[in-house]
Amino acid sequence: MNDHHATQHSSHEEAHVIEYGKYIFVWLSLIAFTGITVTAAGIGLGNWTIVLALLIASAKSWYVMNYFMHLKYEDRVFRVFILVALITLAIFITFTFWDYSFTR
Amino acid sequence: MSSSTQSAVHHVHRDDYGSRMGMWLFLFTELILFGGLFIVYAVYRFTHQQEFHIAAQELNTTVGLVNTIILLTSSMTAAMSITAMQKGNIRFSKGLVWVTIMFALAFMVNKYFEWSAKIHHDIYPGSKELLNKPEGEILYFGLYYVMTGLHALHVIVGVVFFLFILRHITQGKIQPTRYVRLENAALYWHLVDLIWIFLFPLFYLIH
Repeated sequence: MNDHHATQHSSHEEAHVIEYGKYIFVWLSLIAFTGITVTAAGIGLGNWTIVLALLIASAKSWYVMNYFMHLKYEDRVFRVFILVALITLAIFITFTFWDYSFTR
Repeated sequence: MSSSTQSAVHHVHRDDYGSRMGMWLFLFTELILFGGLFIVYAVYRFTHQQEFHIAAQELNTTVGLVNTIILLTSSMTAAMSITAMQKGNIRFSKGLVWVTIMFALAFMVNKYFEWSAKIHHDIYPGSKELLNKPEGEILYFGLYYVMTGLHALHVIVGVVFFLFILRHITQGKIQPTRYVRLENAALYWHLVDLIWIFLFPLFYLIH
């Protein structure tokens, strides 16, 4: 690699430094969420257990993506991409269940 | 003319933004890969609720919980290694990558013991014990081995990815002003964490 006179092309961004303290806070939140899921599953809320578990998993994902994966500080187009990917997945899920409920 | 040619030669093109975007696009393919498996899981759990419930009793929640905490913590250390690099603290950054690798290995050791215990109890795809169980339980364990197995494969790939990163830091290819490779490795690792966030409740916490 030739590094001489390398022009730094980072016109799109300014490096955003996330402090260690913030990461520790996010980590504590994630651990707390995990604790809630395990406790809730232990109580036995019947069919609501899975709903609650998925809601908490989504909340955890939100934290991981926004802070650990820096999405919060990333260009907006990244969020649009993720939305498109999630909608695609949602379409797959919907159509599978739709198909399934008719073939039974 | 000659000066413009010279500057073109020395102009090292670098696009961190595009690089990260490429990594995200790759992660979407991973989302669809695991997403397909999650759909299969959803349909079979829907049609075999009781049997999934019984089969899940075989799993050790504590092992799953410990692995969850391990992965969440390793995700944090991976993210912190970027902060350390940005601050010019290269040694600390490397240390944090090492810690991340150690957590990943601890995860695999747990997985090894977990799977060994299952196999010892004669529960593995195609085993006599398993084939005698009802259809729903066979499906549950099939999905369990495929999904956690594919996830474990990603953990191993993550470790290899991070080992390359350590080498690149040592070689000076990753520096405090130039660390997109470290960012991309961390993004990959966070995806591994994200998938586990869903695997854990869906396999270990069916009550």
